[in-house]
Amino acid sequence: MDLSLSVNGESQTHDIEPRTLLVHYLREQCGLTGTNVGCDTSSCGACTVHLDGRAVKSCTMLALQAEGCEVTTIEGLAAPNGTLHPMQEAFRAHHGLQCGFCTPGMVMAAVSLLDESPNPTETDVRHGLEGNLCRCTGYHNIIQAVLAVSRESS
Amino acid sequence: MASLHGQRVVRQEDRALLTRGGTYVADVADPLLDGAAHVTFVRSTMAHARITGIDVEGVRTAPGVVGVFTAADLGLGFAPMAVPVLPPAMARPWLAGEVVRFVGEPIVVILTERRDQGEDAAEQAIIDYEPLPVVAHPEDARNDEVLLFPDHGSNTAAVFGDEGDASEFADCEVVVRERLVNQRVAVAPLEVRSTAAAVGADGRLNVWMSTQAPQSARHAITRAFGWELDSVRLIAPDVGGGFGAKIGPYPEEMLVAWLVRHLGRPLRWLETRSENMVAMGHGRGQIQHITIGGGRDGVVLAYRLDILQDSGAYPSMGAFLPYMTRVMAAGVYAIPNVACHATSVVTNTMTTVAYRGAGRPEATAAIERAMDLFAAEIGMSPAEVRRRNLIDVASFPHTTPTGAVYDIGDYRRALDLVLDAAGYDELLAEQASRRASGAVRQIGIGLALYVEITAGPTAGKESARVEIRPDGRAMVFTGTSPHGQGHETSWAMIASDVLGIGLDDIEVIHGDTDLVPRGMGTMGSRSLQLGGSAVLEASEQVLDLARRVAAELLGVGVDDVVLDHDAGVFRQAHDAVGGASVSWQQVAVAAAGEGGSLAAGADFQASTPTYPFGAHVAVVELDSETGLVTLDRFIAVDDAGRVLNPLIAEGQRHGGIAQGAAQALCEEMVYDDDANPLTTTFADYTFISACELPSFELVAMETPTPVNPLGAKGVGESGTIGSTPAVQNAVVDALSPWGVRHLDMPATPQRVWRAIAAGHDLSSRQGT
Repeated sequence: MDLSLSVNGESQTHDIEPRTLLVHYLREQCGLTGTNVGCDTSSCGACTVHLDGRAVKSCTMLALQAEGCEVTTIEGLAAPNGTLHPMQEAFRAHHGLQCGFCTPGMVMAAVSLLDESPNPTETDVRHGLEGNLCRCTGYHNIIQAVLAVSRESS
Repeated sequence: MASLHGQRVVRQEDRALLTRGGTYVADVADPLLDGAAHVTFVRSTMAHARITGIDVEGVRTAPGVVGVFTAADLGLGFAPMAVPVLPPAMARPWLAGEVVRFVGEPIVVILTERRDQGEDAAEQAIIDYEPLPVVAHPEDARNDEVLLFPDHGSNTAAVFGDEGDASEFADCEVVVRERLVNQRVAVAPLEVRSTAAAVGADGRLNVWMSTQAPQSARHAITRAFGWELDSVRLIAPDVGGGFGAKIGPYPEEMLVAWLVRHLGRPLRWLETRSENMVAMGHGRGQIQHITIGGGRDGVVLAYRLDILQDSGAYPSMGAFLPYMTRVMAAGVYAIPNVACHATSVVTNTMTTVAYRGAGRPEATAAIERAMDLFAAEIGMSPAEVRRRNLIDVASFPHTTPTGAVYDIGDYRRALDLVLDAAGYDELLAEQASRRASGAVRQIGIGLALYVEITAGPTAGKESARVEIRPDGRAMVFTGTSPHGQGHETSWAMIASDVLGIGLDDIEVIHGDTDLVPRGMGTMGSRSLQLGGSAVLEASEQVLDLARRVAAELLGVGVDDVVLDHDAGVFRQAHDAVGGASVSWQQVAVAAAGEGGSLAAGADFQASTPTYPFGAHVAVVELDSETGLVTLDRFIAVDDAGRVLNPLIAEGQRHGGIAQGAAQALCEEMVYDDDANPLTTTFADYTFISACELPSFELVAMETPTPVNPLGAKGVGESGTIGSTPAVQNAVVDALSPWGVRHLDMPATPQRVWRAIAAGHDLSSRQGT
């Protein structure tokens, strides 16, 4: 079936298998391998992307459900000139990533979290990121990074 | 340029990981892999059964199938033992052909054009089983009533230590015994296992594998199939976590290499999470019996640890881990009599392997629970009992009764620091007040001290090579294989400090056997102390070479040449800034012009392992009506010697603490009595998340070791080793008003609630 949508600001049209998940579409058809698959039960959040500005787990929806939508992946988060998004910058400054596998999903979830709740408490952030698992497990610094972005932007 | 040693340098590797994501095996887009077929395994649904039929006709005709292989088709026999001393009769077949011994054991390999076709085709395989009696528990395995490997004659894979006798407790006023379960857990790196392979234009096999030890994986594959070492190039690209379970290659991974060699077609294998949960090695899995004895003055005179290790179906590293537990059995205490005996048995479950700490957390969990049990028995505070038994700061190097030689430590200071940072007395007062008021929410305070062994069990070795390119940039080749530990930054810091070359002009190369043929990889908290020391030595050698070249260029004697670290140039000693100087670029070009190269390799050989130590306090809140335990605070003193990069070291401590707390609080890989795995997805396995943890309160302590020039010990696992018993002890402490002396991990609400309910029963019985 035909699918048309915007990915990281670029229009995309592909003929895809109807059962293709959004994450597999992004990785295989669009070549955007920053979005990872860490489980098969929508539990880990490694596949988190933005769909029309809100975080979704891209393993939990069919690509066809994104018809006409704007999808942003980790590859589309930094400015075109390479300037990091404040969340990317904070993850780096606070050592909020180790092996990096959860990182794209974690960063996308964190950006969405602050969009919805700009001044969260530490508890809010911990609960807000409950659906993103880090095995390394660097939650402490991830939380610090998110809180730092929240402080700097308020 | 000020030394970078001890600076909080942000990681060099982060920008790529944050903007395009890492390049994990599934992301590798090498042209050699164009047109790769996909590998799918049909796995056993039975824990123990004789295979009476394998019908793959329906598979062969399924859409996209290009190859189907059973054990009979391979004709390969058995995979090599990961630990050579284990019984050969317990070897694992490449594919099960006659008997399956755990749920998840591969039986058929299917190759398909697309990955999803493999899943569909696997549904068409028909395996006929004749069920055999199942050994689900190690305590049943020990009876040898049902044998997994009748040819071996027993279920015992390995034995460590001697049986000892009971006389060591004869002089003790008080003797306490307990059975402790150090439960099996899933390692669960977020990146599952994955391998891709293709034959290159030169006829060599290129293998991309998600591994902690690419050089060892190349050895294992070439040895297993009788190939020349040079016929394989093994590449570990970015690796999404390992934690010990990706040290050695699994039969599935090696088979991918064999199939490519056999068929000439590139292949990719990427398991699912559900496969990973049942077929990647699990961690821990010990049943421990502790006996601790001493006087009512709090002095412990004797300690005994008997271990029954669950090795899983085909013994591997897990069967060997009690050796590590035994070495570290005595912990931080000067106990005159320490005995440890271990038996590793096979069961119809997935094989156990190394998992963050690998044998040492089990040792610490046992002795630290034992100390609390002893303290409770004599009515002394856990902190005081520990204090009375610590190894004295003046007695290092200290040889323990089980043969470890601790290099250096100050355990009393670690204890003082953590109690002070925790506000221990205030916590005790708060606890007393809540207990007095009968509050629903009680607090528990848990203390654990640990010492562990890193870069062990024997003296370790690692290699490095440093090369200055004609453009003046430095290349650092390392035999370590990072997968989150930040070696690209840390090794560059070490080289930069020696060479006066900026971090941005240093590139660290790892994980490709063509570029780094020799190396041991990253495990056992070995990398900085061994690999980092090798980088230091290679850098120093390169500097010596460069000074000779610079001397010629400057027309002065070698002894008159100094490196100006700030400017990154060579000058004549005592020469004013602005005088004659030569750059690294000039030196490198000159060296190349003379037919030489500006490069040096070093093999760093440590004289002994090192022994990091620390003290942890956990504070939990218990909801006594629901059994929910919440980790409220965690305070940690971790002394891993001299710290190179505090930012990275703290990250390692955070990670270790979180994983250890996870075992204490919520995680368990569960098999039922028929050895069916019950926690096979992240929906079932209670993988710890951010909302179950507090921010951690870290206290710095640095006691440099004399064992290596960096003064460094390992730090990747110590958090796990201390935090598991600290949290467990806190849970038991919270439950002590209900008469609870011990509760096995994990402290799930159900288990905690039952302990409280049993305590109520006890008190009501006592009341009548």
